[in-house]
Order: sequence, then C-alpha cells, then structure tokens
Amino acid sequence: MATILTIYTLLAAGLALSLIKSKEKTKKAFKIAGKGFYKSAPSLLAVLGIVGLTLGVLTPEMIAKLVGAEAGFAATILASVIGAITLIPSLVAFPLAGSLLRSGATVMTISAFVTTLVMVGIVTAPLEIKEIGKKFTFLRNGLGFLAALAIAGIMGVLLS
Amino acid sequence: MKTIKNFTAPILVLFVFLGLAVWMPDTAVRSSLVTWDYFKEMALILPPVFILMGLMEVWIPKSKIQSWLGRGSGIKGAMIAVALGTLPTGPLYVAFPMTASLIRKGASFTNMVVFLGSWAALKIPQLMVEIKFMGTAFAVTRFILTLMALMLIGLLMENILRRYPDKEWVANAKK
Repeated sequence: MATILTIYTLLAAGLALSLIKSKEKTKKAFKIAGKGFYKSAPSLLAVLGIVGLTLGVLTPEMIAKLVGAEAGFAATILASVIGAITLIPSLVAFPLAGSLLRSGATVMTISAFVTTLVMVGIVTAPLEIKEIGKKFTFLRNGLGFLAALAIAGIMGVLLS
Repeated sequence: MKTIKNFTAPILVLFVFLGLAVWMPDTAVRSSLVTWDYFKEMALILPPVFILMGLMEVWIPKSKIQSWLGRGSGIKGAMIAVALGTLPTGPLYVAFPMTASLIRKGASFTNMVVFLGSWAALKIPQLMVEIKFMGTAFAVTRFILTLMALMLIGLLMENILRRYPDKEWVANAKK
C-alpha cells in the first residue's frame, strides 16, 4: 500500500508540474514512457512467469524441508542457492527464515538465505540484462553472490 | 517477425506452464496464482513508473544527474543513491529501467550498484519486517555489512566497466 501511495503521489506531483510548465514536453515524456514500456514488456512477462514457476515449485514448506534436512556447510550452500534463484516477498521470506532459525538452522545458513535472496536475482536477470546489459548483470549478481556468502560467514561468527 | 522474436522468452515460459499443467497440475495452479498476483501488482506499479521516467528524461538535464550521481559525486552521490533505494517504491524489477536511464544520463556505475543494492536489500518497510521476525541484531548487522559490500562491489564494477565497457549495451542504448 505504501508503495502504491508513494508512486502515485510522485506521479501526480510530477505530472502537475510538468503540465503547468509545458504541454509539449509532457507529451514527449509520455512518448518516452510508452516506448520504454513496449521495449520491456516481453521480458517483464517472461520474468512474471518464471517468478510464478519458481514459487510454485519452491514453496515455503519445500524450502523448509530442503534447508532443514541438510546440516552444516551443505545446508548453508543449499540455502544460498535457493536464495539466489528465488524472488520471495519479504513478508513471506522473513517469517520463514525466522521459523527455520528457531527450529534449529544455524545463523550462517539463514543469513546465507536472506542475503542471497536480496542481493542476487536470477529470475529477474532476463529483465536486468535487457535494461542494463549482460556484463553489468553478470558482474552485479556474481559479485553479489560472493559478497552474500562472505556476509553470511561473518554473521554466523558474530551472532551465534 | 521481429515482434515474434521479442516474445520468444514469454512464449517459452508459457510452454513450461502448459507442460506443468499436464504432468503436475497442482504446481501449475499454484504457479499461475502467483504469476497472476505479481501481474496485478505490476499492472498497478509499472505505468506510473514509466511515466515518471519519461518526465525525468524530459525535465532533468544530464548535467544535474551527473553532478548528483556521476563519477565525481563522491560520498554525497552514494548517500543520494542509498536514500533513493531505501524509499518504499516497490519490487526490484521497477528499478532496472530507472537505472538504465540514469546511466544514460551520466550516473556512475558505483552509485547505480549501490542504488539497486539498497533497493533490493535495504528497503525500509522490508527492514521493519526483518526486525520483527529476525531481531534487531540480525537486521542491523546485515544492514551495515551489506552497505559496505555494495560500496566495494560498486567501486570494483566501475573499474571493470570503464576498462571493458559493455559494447553491445552501449550500441543498443544509443538507438
């Protein structure tokens, strides 16, 4: 809700200002918007489908079973791979992570899951590549994955 | 023909859904429901985002973006990037087209990595949920470590992408 409110408030303010200053330029802005939307539409649709598929297969129960069944280092690696692939809304991800932690998963494993979840987005990569390019996407996600593992390691040491 | 080529990816995804519907109908239903949920969210969020981008493209001159978020913007630029990223503005895919147009307008790669990273990892509403379920120590430690990591990755990527630019992307961006 906050999201939608923020965006529409910004839009209303921006549009009003723009219309007062110049109708011509506002029209041009809409043209640019339309072109951008048209260009992104196919990858957006694909990403939507992929997100649905991963979440359909990797349900919270499934993730709990996978991460809970393994122990130690293997669990941490598995958790980071699952986190890197999926795109789970924080309202689902944090309660899940919290309950896994309470049911016995290590801090390192849960940190790996959370950090890769937010820093690496494999399902959204097609869109990122389309908009910002292959090199940027591979570097950002690759380095993000390594950083996420390092952060998980440090958190495991600091917090357990 | 070009239109069909553009839609190769979504058509492939559609086939996966059809395959699932035949062999694993339960999963197919679950996946479709999730996709539909995200579709509704996108339909609501994306049109205003693209219009805002258009307005930015038209009204904010390149020199402004360069001085706010460009290579010489230093710590101030990074702070602007973090502030923009942590605002409650929706899912990460919204940020990709924004980032692309900011780069075209002269923002540095460092600041854009920090921007995208804060958007995904340090969003304020998300932190509230994190504190509630994971505790303050967990959330604060992760926040600080992530911010440091983002700066490092950003500086590293700036160096790499300046030295070896993504030629394919640069050529496409000019169109």
